[in-house]
Amino acid sequence: MADKIQFELVSPAKLLVSSKVDMVVVPGGEGDFGALALHAPMITTVRPGVIDIHDGGKVSSSIFVAGGFAEVNEERITVLAEEAIPVGELTAELAEARKQAAREALDDASNEREKAHAQRLVLIAEAMAAAVG
Amino acid sequence: MASLKDLRMKIVSVKSTRKITSAMKMVAASKLRRAQTAAEAARPFAERMERMLGTLAASLAGQSGAPRMLTGTGADKVHLLVAVTADRGLCGGFNSSIVRATKAMAADLLKQGKIVKIMPVGRKAREQLRRDYGQYMIEGFEQLGRKGIVFAEADQVAAQISAMFDGEEFDVCTVVYNKFKSAIAQEVTRQQVIPFPVPELAAKSDTGPKAIYEFEPGEEEILAEILPRNLATQMFRALLESQASEQGARMTAMDNATRNAGDMINALAIKYNRSRQAQITKELIEIISGAEAL
Repeated sequence: MADKIQFELVSPAKLLVSSKVDMVVVPGGEGDFGALALHAPMITTVRPGVIDIHDGGKVSSSIFVAGGFAEVNEERITVLAEEAIPVGELTAELAEARKQAAREALDDASNEREKAHAQRLVLIAEAMAAAVG
Repeated sequence: MASLKDLRMKIVSVKSTRKITSAMKMVAASKLRRAQTAAEAARPFAERMERMLGTLAASLAGQSGAPRMLTGTGADKVHLLVAVTADRGLCGGFNSSIVRATKAMAADLLKQGKIVKIMPVGRKAREQLRRDYGQYMIEGFEQLGRKGIVFAEADQVAAQISAMFDGEEFDVCTVVYNKFKSAIAQEVTRQQVIPFPVPELAAKSDTGPKAIYEFEPGEEEILAEILPRNLATQMFRALLESQASEQGARMTAMDNATRNAGDMINALAIKYNRSRQAQITKELIEIISGAEAL
């Protein structure tokens, strides 16, 4: 078994996870990728979705993130997420409520910027619903 | 000379003031602890974002395609000053030191023939800057962080700023806020956020043959996404620091006020006792001299 990789998940409010794990699967901007120890250095965007943490041959925990950035190098993967919720704490109602709110925001959007922002919210809510289901 | 009754009433009033200030001090102390923890918890995110930005900027250095938020508009004409204060007073020099720094900066820039815009964050900034710099004022924010600062609030402020930047309403943006040094000391900080000064880290990573990063999708796309996020992060940090400083300043101010009230009560009590004694002596003399006259 190769060495473990240091996984860090940080949200603006605090450091959420910092532990050594076997592998992390991250929803990258251009497709999901798994990061093991000795991964080539890389910086990528993260789209809304679920991060799976693999440890001891199984998925030890799954965390929903609402997009952000990831930095990978040989010994460490750092994910900067604006919002992160363990999948276990998500509910269908919550996702549905967010979807509703995002759609309303999209309808109310009066300019390009607001529209883009609302569209992003819709995407996040849809990813959240997919994570629940 | 104040009558005994007046003195008694004055002592009662100062005592109740002391009660209020000491309660405010304790409230500020507990809020300070919470604000301090929040400010510390937010540090890792900002640090890592800075590191990532440094790596990105280093790999993009010298190229022409860098986003304007990093390189600036090329002009240096219109300055946006974001003054971060509290919504409430009674916290010593906390608000006025920010206002003073902002005024000094604005006056300096105006003297150089630049255009100044001031965005007040916090009620006190708006109220105190309105008189002298009202014509430069643009819409700001108030009532942030009533239940502790959340990232969404910082995001709101950042969105407003970047919308203005996209609309080419200013060239340089500087945030003026109180940096938390300790419970009794704050430091007025002027931080330029647009164009964003590349962290020193980037300069360092140039010297050593560091790992060469791959970028997905490309440097520019990531930068275009990360810079507005970074603006929000910087605002978040400024708001958190300011919040912690505010509570620290209030705690110190209220501690002083409580102590002053205590001194005042002592002085008034001595005065009261003396007046009472004087009155008793006077009455005794009157009785005695009355008896002697008979």
